[in-house]
Amino acid sequence: MANMRSPLARVRGLGSAKEGVAHWWAQRMTAVALVPLVIWFVASVCAMAGADYASVREWIGTPLVSILLVLLTVAVFHHAQLGLQVVLEDYVHTEWLKIASIALVKFAAIALGVAVVFSIVKIALA
Amino acid sequence: MANPNRPLSPHLQIYKPQLTSMMSILHRITGIALAAGTLLLVWWLVAAATGESAFADVQAFIGSWIGRLLLLGWSFAMFYHLCNGIRHLFWDAGKGLELEAAYASGRFVIGAAVVLTIAAWVWGYASMGAL
Repeated sequence: MANMRSPLARVRGLGSAKEGVAHWWAQRMTAVALVPLVIWFVASVCAMAGADYASVREWIGTPLVSILLVLLTVAVFHHAQLGLQVVLEDYVHTEWLKIASIALVKFAAIALGVAVVFSIVKIALA
Repeated sequence: MANPNRPLSPHLQIYKPQLTSMMSILHRITGIALAAGTLLLVWWLVAAATGESAFADVQAFIGSWIGRLLLLGWSFAMFYHLCNGIRHLFWDAGKGLELEAAYASGRFVIGAAVVLTIAAWVWGYASMGAL
C-alpha cells in the first residue's frame, strides 16, 4: 500500500487525530481491568440481594471491598467517557455541539466518579 | 467536483441485517445504556454514605416494578457488553476474525449473555430467600 503520509507525520506517528493510539489503548486497558472487576461486583451484588442498610455498609467498608470498588469506579467512568466520546464524535456533526457534549460527558464522569469514591471512603472510614 | 456515480457507503435502510453488524450496533447501544446505568450505582453508593432513609429510597426504587425492569435491562446489557467486549479483545489480538469464527463467537456471546442474565437473577432471588 502506498504511503500517503508526509515524512513529518510519519515520524510523529500520531495520525490525523494527533493523539496516536492513546485513546484506543486506554479503552482496551480499562476493558481488560473491568472484566474481573465487573464479574466480582455483579457476583457480590447477587449474593447480597435483599441485604439491609447495616450489612451493605459493612460490606462496602471492608478494606478489600473498598479498594476494589474504587478501582471499579475509576475504570468504569474512564471507560464510559472514552466510549461516549467516540459515539459523540461519530454522530454529532455540529462542531461546537460535539465539543460541548464531549466536555459535558467528561465533566460528568469526573463528578460522578468523585462522588462515588468519596462515598466509599466516607463509609470505609466511618 | 465529486462524481455522482461514485460508490457510496451502504445505506443501512436497504442493507440486509447480519448477525455481525447487528451485534456491533448492540455493543454500542448497550454501552450507552450502561453509561446511563452508572447513575443507579452512583445513587446507591451515595445513598449508602448519606444515611438510612436515603438508602431506603434507593432500595424502594430498585424493588419497584420499573426499578426491576431497568435492572433486568441493565443486567442483560452488562453481560452482553462484557461478553462481546471480550470478543472484541480477541479481535484486537487478531484472533477469530474469519467469517465463520466471527459468527460462531457471535452466537456464543448472545447465548452466554442470556444464560448469565438468568443465572444472576436466579442467584439474586435465591439470596433474598424468594426461591
